[in-house]
This record gives sequence, structure tokens and C-alpha cells, in this order.
Amino acid sequence: MHETVAAESVLRSIQEHAQRLHARPIRAVISCGQFNALNEELMQFAFETAAAGTICEGMVIQIRQIPLRAVCSRCRKTFDLKLMEPFCPQCRGEDFEIQPDAPLILEEIEFEDQQ
Amino acid sequence: MKVSLNQRILSRNEKAAAENRAFFQSQKILCLNLISSPGAGKTALLERTIQDLKGQLAIGVIEGDIETDNDARRIQAVGARAFQIETKGACHLSAEQVQDALRKIEAQTLDLIFIENVGNLVCPSAFDLGESGRVVILSVPEGDDKPAKYPGTFAGASVVLINKIDLLNYVSFSLRRVLADLHTVNPKAPVFQISAATGEGMDAWYGWLRQHLEKNRP
Repeated sequence: MHETVAAESVLRSIQEHAQRLHARPIRAVISCGQFNALNEELMQFAFETAAAGTICEGMVIQIRQIPLRAVCSRCRKTFDLKLMEPFCPQCRGEDFEIQPDAPLILEEIEFEDQQ
Repeated sequence: MKVSLNQRILSRNEKAAAENRAFFQSQKILCLNLISSPGAGKTALLERTIQDLKGQLAIGVIEGDIETDNDARRIQAVGARAFQIETKGACHLSAEQVQDALRKIEAQTLDLIFIENVGNLVCPSAFDLGESGRVVILSVPEGDDKPAKYPGTFAGASVVLINKIDLLNYVSFSLRRVLADLHTVNPKAPVFQISAATGEGMDAWYGWLRQHLEKNRP
């Protein structure tokens, strides 16, 4: 349940933006890499719990999973790596360099339109 | 109204991890983050390792558990410096907690630091502590499907230890399957079959430690 820590950090950031813009946030998009292992349902649950009673209560949190990328040492193709099928889809090479995993990023917040 | 941000969420952890890493490099300390399920034998592995190597190396341990300081007391009993972090519910350690613990155990006088993370095969692997390497431990009674079920954790390992190898004849566990799956998700990490209880295979693990300690201080 490391989603709790992530949800609390996301909440803090969104609250800061909401305060600055004097607007009510309704939806946020987060992106993460494969080693962050964030589960969308757990993240939503953890966020709802953390956000109860704040301006962020009722928000929808969407997660965009960023695949792990690798560069083939033989044909130099960059490809999405599946951990259980670790080979280059172009030349079938099994020797490749894994690129750094995508960090956890708060990409976008949608606010309620103000009258 | 939509606002695009591109803001790093765990930047506080990332910053503390980068500071820890710089500290280990400047002090020429080898720091290993131990990750496994609860009960895989992390503390037993450390007890035996400390008993066998404490004459040659200054070893310290940072212990992470949800409750109790039992593990830190076990480590102190075999003659190493230990500091217990009680996470009070959190399923992993953070780089900031480690930073604080490093000050408390006077880390600058140590050669080798083990961080025994909270027993959990998922969450700890998502948090960089600034460690020099990751040791992932799988014990025979847990079953042979763990590398396939938790590929991300094993893919991030610098070395994999298969502990309780002395129980191989008593439980259903295909060593062949584990080795094949480990090779699939992480062909570069060496795998050692050990028993912290009997001492079997521990020399290969110590060899790996020595090699990495030497790499650290040319």
C-alpha cells in the first residue's frame, strides 16, 4: 500500500494549485513507470481517504502507465520492454540496455469551470 | 479548466536518495538494501553475515519494521551497530528515514551498511533509498513462482539470494523454474543458493560482498 504515500503527496500538490487558482479540482492525471507499481484502484481509494473533508474530496485520479523502455544492443531499436518477454521485437536480440524507469509525475489537473 | 504540470511527485524522496547516494560514494561505504517477503530470513542472513565478517569489516544495520525493535536487538546481540525504524503502518522505508538513521548510527565510520527493508515484495522496490545495490531474497518455502509474480522487484536486484536451500528436499519447489524465471527478468544479477541457518553457500555471498567492497575503494 505505498499508494498511501503517493496519494498524500499528490493531494498536497493539488491543494497548493487549487489555493493558488481559487478553483475546485475535479480530476487529475498521474503518470508512472513500471517499477513504481501503482495500482489505479488502490490509488483512487488512498486518495479518497486522504482527501476526505478537503477541497479535493470527490476528485477522480487517473493513472497513465508508462512502459519500461529498452535499447537493443544489436540493432539499436528502442522498444517497450515486457519483463517476462525480454527480447527485441525487431531482431529478437536478448542483449539490451534498460532505460531509466519513468518517475511518478502529476501531469494535469482539471478544475471546475467558474461562473 | 485544465492545468498541465509535469511535476515530480516523489521529489522529496528522490532528493534524499540522491544525498544518501552521494554520502555513500564520498565515504566509500557499500550500502545494500535488502528486500524480501516477511519471513524469508533477512535478519538471520544478517546475523550470520555479521558473525562471520565482523572481524574484518565495520558493519551497521538499519532495520525497518512496522512495529517493534526486535530485529535491531537481534543485530546488536551479534555485535553490530543497529538502528531500528518503526514505520507505524507504512509498508516500506523512505530515503528521509534512512538519512536520519545514518546520522544516528554514525555511518561515516562504517564500511558496510545493510538496510533491512520492511518485509514486502512490492512496495519497497518503488522507493530508492540511495543504496549502492539491492539484495532480493527469496526463501524456498515461499514457493517457486515469486520471480514470475513479482518481476519488477527481481528485475531491480543487484544480486538474488535463494535462502533456506537446506529445505529443498522437504517442500515442493522447482529450483530450475526459479533460475529460469530469474534469468528472464534479470539475466545480469548473480544468484546464490544459501542457508543462513546451516551456513551452506554463504562463502559465495561473502565473495560477492568482498568484490563489491573492493570495487568501492579502488
